[in-house]
Amino acid sequence: MKAFSYHLQFEFFTGLRNKGLLMMYYLMPLGFYAFVGTLMVELNPFFRDMAIPSMVVFAILTGTIMGLPSPLVEAREKGVLRNYRVHGVPAINILVIPAITAGLHLAMVSLIITITAPLIFSAPLPLNWFYFWLGSFSFLVAGTGLGVLIGVVAANNRVSLLLAQMLYIPAMLLGGLMVPVDQLPGFVSWISRIFPTTYAMEAMRALGWGEPVLGIWAPGGMLVLFAGGILAFALGGYLFSWDQNNATRRAPSYLAVLVLIPYIIGAIYL
Amino acid sequence: MKDWLLEVEGLRKEYGGKTVLNGLDFRVKKGEIFGLLGPNGAGKTTTLECLVGLRKPEGGKIRIMGVDPQKNPARLKDLVGIQLQVSALPETIRVEEAVNFFNFYHGRGKDGSALEKLNLGEKKNSKYQHLSTGQKMRLSLTLAMLHQPPLLILDEPTAGLDVGSRRSLHGIIRELRDRGTTIILSTHDMAEAETLSDRLAILVGGKILMTGSPREITSTGKGWTKILVKTLGTSLEGKKFPGLLEKEEKDGYRVFFTSQIREALNMVLKAVEAAGDEFVDLRVERPTLEERFLELTEKEVV
Repeated sequence: MKAFSYHLQFEFFTGLRNKGLLMMYYLMPLGFYAFVGTLMVELNPFFRDMAIPSMVVFAILTGTIMGLPSPLVEAREKGVLRNYRVHGVPAINILVIPAITAGLHLAMVSLIITITAPLIFSAPLPLNWFYFWLGSFSFLVAGTGLGVLIGVVAANNRVSLLLAQMLYIPAMLLGGLMVPVDQLPGFVSWISRIFPTTYAMEAMRALGWGEPVLGIWAPGGMLVLFAGGILAFALGGYLFSWDQNNATRRAPSYLAVLVLIPYIIGAIYL
Repeated sequence: MKDWLLEVEGLRKEYGGKTVLNGLDFRVKKGEIFGLLGPNGAGKTTTLECLVGLRKPEGGKIRIMGVDPQKNPARLKDLVGIQLQVSALPETIRVEEAVNFFNFYHGRGKDGSALEKLNLGEKKNSKYQHLSTGQKMRLSLTLAMLHQPPLLILDEPTAGLDVGSRRSLHGIIRELRDRGTTIILSTHDMAEAETLSDRLAILVGGKILMTGSPREITSTGKGWTKILVKTLGTSLEGKKFPGLLEKEEKDGYRVFFTSQIREALNMVLKAVEAAGDEFVDLRVERPTLEERFLELTEKEVV
């Protein structure tokens, strides 16, 4: 337990020293929040109502999908993980600890957004704080799971970036961050349900702000996010490899697509 | 035998159907430096990675103090310290943090004293990315020794080091051996293997060609001993000796080659004495490990 807590503390502070992570965890989400917040409120005054959930979801999406995989891939490429293995660092710590520290960094950013948005953009605060934080937490679990899984299966940083962008861009554009999902054309609206951002936005707006959202049963959406996150961590643990040539991988990396199962079930049944 | 700390029998490893280790057999005694000498691609790193459980062999048996690395990795980490050839630490970790980090995973508390042993005390607040190659190597060795394991495995520990750092690291390795640590040293550097190893195995193409002390290995070859003689007078000029092969003079020395060193020296001494001449210099150069290594590997290639 002492080793776990020292590892957690070390990971948190080395994260603060890592310029790449600082960019993904703090600068990009907060910069985007300031810029897009100002722009969108001018273009569409109704955006103000969803400013907090949409910017919190954006911050978590950026930090987990764009920030989390790269250090894991780099550590494997450079032989850091091999070093960890011979010193007895458990694989589970290598996957879970960066996810926890990412969660801590992103919780701080979410807090900054939640506190400042009413002051800067006159954005309404949540009516139900519990559901707002539960929704954020469920998305954090889903996002960190996906980030870790990308880091585990990507052969190198280029592949990691490609996989991350394949998820990040459509999740941001179609996931209800800019335009509510119920305003998207029918087929696109259905496709958007493959992305975790959709469930997070719908759950937060419905349960946190009490807005009438169409189509998705909000508590079910949170369940999809939790299930997706847990499945992603389980697959990450199963497919984990200590070294670059994947000599220790148990199964082919394409099994990672199984992570879509909860989202597909959600798209069909919710 | 109780003195064997490591026993390897019939170790086999394949990568994608290609045999990389072809039935290795060797044993390492307690308290010795055992060199694993071979060219790049001989299978040295693969052997070491099998020893510490980083790779699963296709066949054979490995026992480190009776422990099977594949079956009991948790016990193995207490018995073995390894400095890997390809390994690193996070770029932004500080030296002292790295020591504490691994100390905790070895069940020890914060203890920076290990840094002083390899003169890294001054660098304790430096980030890993700002260390020189030599300092990274020393840190890697410090981390491998943190839990004072009975067996230390060093994979090409002096690769990329300058002469001073290399000599300093050799001193540290000998000191560790003298304090009772068993060391397996993988290297492709003949001089390093010859000067550091108590015993060594020559590994080529996934097979061990020979095992023994450097002296044993060089003495079993058919290599010729070189005799260089310089005299005041001209007693050896044009002189022929039976059984001695003569090569052209260099820097005033006459150069002979022989496989019968005692007889050859006697002949040369007598010839100089008989002519009333005097020696300026007399040198005897035995075949080196490098020459013996080339002899063995050429035979293997043929």
